[in-house]
Amino acid sequence: MESQNVIQVQSLTKKFGDFTAVDAISFEVKKGEIFGFLGANGAGKTTAMKMLIGISMPTSGEAIVAGFDVYKNRDNIKRNIGYMSQKFALYDDLTVKENITFFGGIYGLKKNQIKEKTTQLINDLALQEVANKLVGSLPLGWKQKIAFSVALLHNPKIVFLDEPTGGVDPITRRQFWEMIYQTANTGTTIFVTTHYMDEAEYCNRVSIMVNGKIEALDTPKKLKEKYNATNMNDVFLKLARSPSLTLPKGNGTHTEN
Amino acid sequence: MGIKAQNISKSFKNVTALKNISFDVKEGELFGLIGPDGAGKSTLFRILTTLLFADKGNATVAGFDVVEDYKNIRKNVGYMPGRFSLYQDLTVEENLEFYATIFGTTIEENYDLIKEIYIQIEPFKKRRAGKLSGGMKQKLALSCALIHKPKVLFLDEPTTGVDPVSRKEFWEMLKRLQQKGITILVSTPYMDEAELCDRIALIQHGKIMQIDTPQEIINHYPKNIYNISAENMHNLIECLNEYEHNYSVYPFGENVHYTDKRDLFNSQELYDFLQSKNLKDVEINNTIPTIEDVFMELTK
Repeated sequence: MESQNVIQVQSLTKKFGDFTAVDAISFEVKKGEIFGFLGANGAGKTTAMKMLIGISMPTSGEAIVAGFDVYKNRDNIKRNIGYMSQKFALYDDLTVKENITFFGGIYGLKKNQIKEKTTQLINDLALQEVANKLVGSLPLGWKQKIAFSVALLHNPKIVFLDEPTGGVDPITRRQFWEMIYQTANTGTTIFVTTHYMDEAEYCNRVSIMVNGKIEALDTPKKLKEKYNATNMNDVFLKLARSPSLTLPKGNGTHTEN
Repeated sequence: MGIKAQNISKSFKNVTALKNISFDVKEGELFGLIGPDGAGKSTLFRILTTLLFADKGNATVAGFDVVEDYKNIRKNVGYMPGRFSLYQDLTVEENLEFYATIFGTTIEENYDLIKEIYIQIEPFKKRRAGKLSGGMKQKLALSCALIHKPKVLFLDEPTTGVDPVSRKEFWEMLKRLQQKGITILVSTPYMDEAELCDRIALIQHGKIMQIDTPQEIINHYPKNIYNISAENMHNLIECLNEYEHNYSVYPFGENVHYTDKRDLFNSQELYDFLQSKNLKDVEINNTIPTIEDVFMELTK
């Protein structure tokens, strides 16, 4: 059972001065699972994710990601995961092909592998006509699909997706989730954050962070039963509160930018 | 006296951002521009707030022409651009003070208008804007856009990237501002927010596809729509895509929204088909379309 867990987190904590951004969270994610990581703005999602992808050192607690320790083996984590966010995905002033070559190089792929992957990606996404166009000239929905494929170039065990579909039109948003399903079916684990609550329903399991803690973690179905809600939006509204005056615990500090 | 736009077109080099856009926003109306990134919403905002010239067409805001009377518009509108124009290294209080001063007013003079919003961030008034959470930045930006008591408020994607709780709070604030007589033009890529507007325009690729009340737009949806669920969502979608009579198959949360090509749809037949594919717990029910269904139908 344990060997099937590609992410294993125990009491993971991150403090900034006297502010606890991530407060002793524990959970595990299985191979091939689509894991939704939800929470209000400022709840600590991005801070937690930064520790898991090896770019922020935890204050305390333990985490093993793709088989590697977040304290000792951070470089190995980076080689074995993919990452894509809405804010940063691809270089706008490189062409589609150049981006693939660039990221393939970063991920340590050999020349012939990059060539092979480029052809495959361009065929899969039907990008023949725009392969030599600057990424900046493409619609956002296309960029996001390419960015997702690029994050998978090196066959990572886990892909972290930080609000991948924000602002994307509804049809493309659904096509994007189709890609997520296909990827998960091949055994790649998906760790995704989103503010679209209908997308939370597409996850195998969902965790909801409130003020640095994981307040709930289960399948969407069980969460709805537990909180007597008709959909995930209701569950979220019942659980998650943004840091504001009404919440004595939240002090509104934003550590994500 | 709200907003009037007639045949607005705008291109950047060879990219057409807006094609012949015409619409009116009545005084005191909460009007939504609903469309994804790249639809042309921000360009339209920049033209209406006199920051950009249209290639063609004309527009008035609060009765003033966007070209001839641009100075009066700037005095009478509040504008919250997509990327909050706050000074990151000024504190919360200093930002508000700054905006009040450049509009020739004081915080005290119009405090009533912003009180409800500002009170939520006041405990952090000595904190630099750059150190605020997204939800708080949003509240400060709204306070700054309101401090000179504008007649018309322009909000360009104020809730993008904001969590559902904060989004809900934000819309409640907008409703209260509307009750104070402020005309509001707001854009959003979240289709579920459309139903909170008095009227909406659905915009894609620089064109307005439909303008009406959210209810009327839903009423005009041309097809019967069915909610279908089954134990395995992924298999359900694959099976529905295989079904020869399908017109559209879109996942919606835990259900799939399905429409059929035929006028006379027989749900039993589809039920049997799904059973024959070994799908478990199949349920098919009539449902009401959402704005997102309409949007997808229009862009299909």
